[in-house]
Amino acid sequence: MSMPFYVAPEQLMKDRADYARKGIARGRALIGAVWEGGIIIVAENPSRSLHKLSEIYDRIAFGGVGKYNEFDQLRVAGIRHADLKGYAYAREDVDARSLANLYAQYLGTVFTHEMKPLEVEILVAELGNGHRESQLFQILYDGTVMDEREFAVLGGDADAIAERFRALYDASGPRERLLQSARDALSGQRPPIGADDLEVVVLEDRGERRCFRRLEVDEVREALGDQPEGSA
Amino acid sequence: MRKDGARLALPLFDPRHDPGPDFAALVSRDAARTVPTSGDGSLGAQVPHGTTIAALRFAGGVVIAGDRRATEGNFIANRTIEKVFPADRFSGVGIAGAAGPAVEMVRIFQVQLEHYEKVEGKALSLEGKANQLAQMIRQNLPLAMQGLVVMPLFAGWDAERSEGRIFTFDVAGGRYEEVAYYAIGSGGRDARATLKLGWRPGLDEAGAVHLAVQALYEAAQEDAATGGPDALRGIFPVVAVIDREGYRRIDDARLEEIAVELDQAVRERGARR
Repeated sequence: MSMPFYVAPEQLMKDRADYARKGIARGRALIGAVWEGGIIIVAENPSRSLHKLSEIYDRIAFGGVGKYNEFDQLRVAGIRHADLKGYAYAREDVDARSLANLYAQYLGTVFTHEMKPLEVEILVAELGNGHRESQLFQILYDGTVMDEREFAVLGGDADAIAERFRALYDASGPRERLLQSARDALSGQRPPIGADDLEVVVLEDRGERRCFRRLEVDEVREALGDQPEGSA
Repeated sequence: MRKDGARLALPLFDPRHDPGPDFAALVSRDAARTVPTSGDGSLGAQVPHGTTIAALRFAGGVVIAGDRRATEGNFIANRTIEKVFPADRFSGVGIAGAAGPAVEMVRIFQVQLEHYEKVEGKALSLEGKANQLAQMIRQNLPLAMQGLVVMPLFAGWDAERSEGRIFTFDVAGGRYEEVAYYAIGSGGRDARATLKLGWRPGLDEAGAVHLAVQALYEAAQEDAATGGPDALRGIFPVVAVIDREGYRRIDDARLEEIAVELDQAVRERGARR
């Protein structure tokens, strides 16, 4: 019988973390930001149909970066959890904090017990109301949870993007300005990212139960002040 | 029923056992059934029942309306019960039959449609929604055998065809589409007679709302289990219009106007008996 090589736990965890980080760094980033009118989430995403951002519940949205099939599985699980909980109890009993904790537990368990950690970072955003403040929960591949009141940046090159965005961030300005700032922060030194390559969703109170809305390409283009494609 | 702890875990499944966008299938794993599943068939007389629901098509969409009375045998169990609900933004459902299971069916149907839309990123077609409801009625068959019959009427705006459509069902989950109008429940026959006489192609929204209220009004005259407009208590039917803008409930003020008009017509006919 052959004995397996001994690997120190520190080394094992470090290897896994490096692996996950590398996978996530290959993906394009997203920014979630709170402003007076609600929450906006902007992701660089050239695909029109494979979404990174999604509705979870009445006032809760989801964002994922990294490996698509992995965060999409988490997205669906989140919708299931929220809908089951709201159905079993009441709609107001569904909150982002408990969902973020579940994601964290799952990611933490996979990180320590499975061969391969998940190469994802996810964002759970909840629009505040009279009783709750707007909150952004960022959950890392190893189950680390961070909550933010202002903005969160996930994905490749997150630190540099966050630094750029911090300089532009204005919670009291109009939504268009925030969208422009997010685009500029995501673009960095590159030429500005076009409306076609951005996925933008908002959580806003519109007097309806469901606060999630996906902005159409035309709306994004208009907000950014871009010319429609082909007209230039 | 699963323990609460299990319900609150992250619902992840391996691909072979994944329920997909089907919320009802997800819930049935909990087997959370709140109604007893055995009995002697006499349960029907002991639970509140909802009655007349009417729906009709008009040029720009569809109207669905229901009275407000629930009865337990010969008693009025509730004067203000609501039996017409939005199923989602573009469809509505009215229910006749055992109120408890019916309201529960509507609740799970509402979540089902929204759940599908969120998971798939796209809403079900109107036809798909009607088929989902038919499946739920089929699953209720054991309860129906014990007297807990749930009978929905489904109406909505079909965005692909740009028209309103009406679907009816039978206890066994059969699904039928109605061309112009329909009414269900104990006062359904009388309501249908009124709709038959008043309906014509090209009816506008105001005309359709008026006819729907009139159908319920006439049903309430003949059927003790159907409640008429109650000006004394300010209780009026639930009437909703579903068109390309979505589901919209008609104000009580407008319904009161129509009720007064209908009372006036009875007075003028001199047929006060």
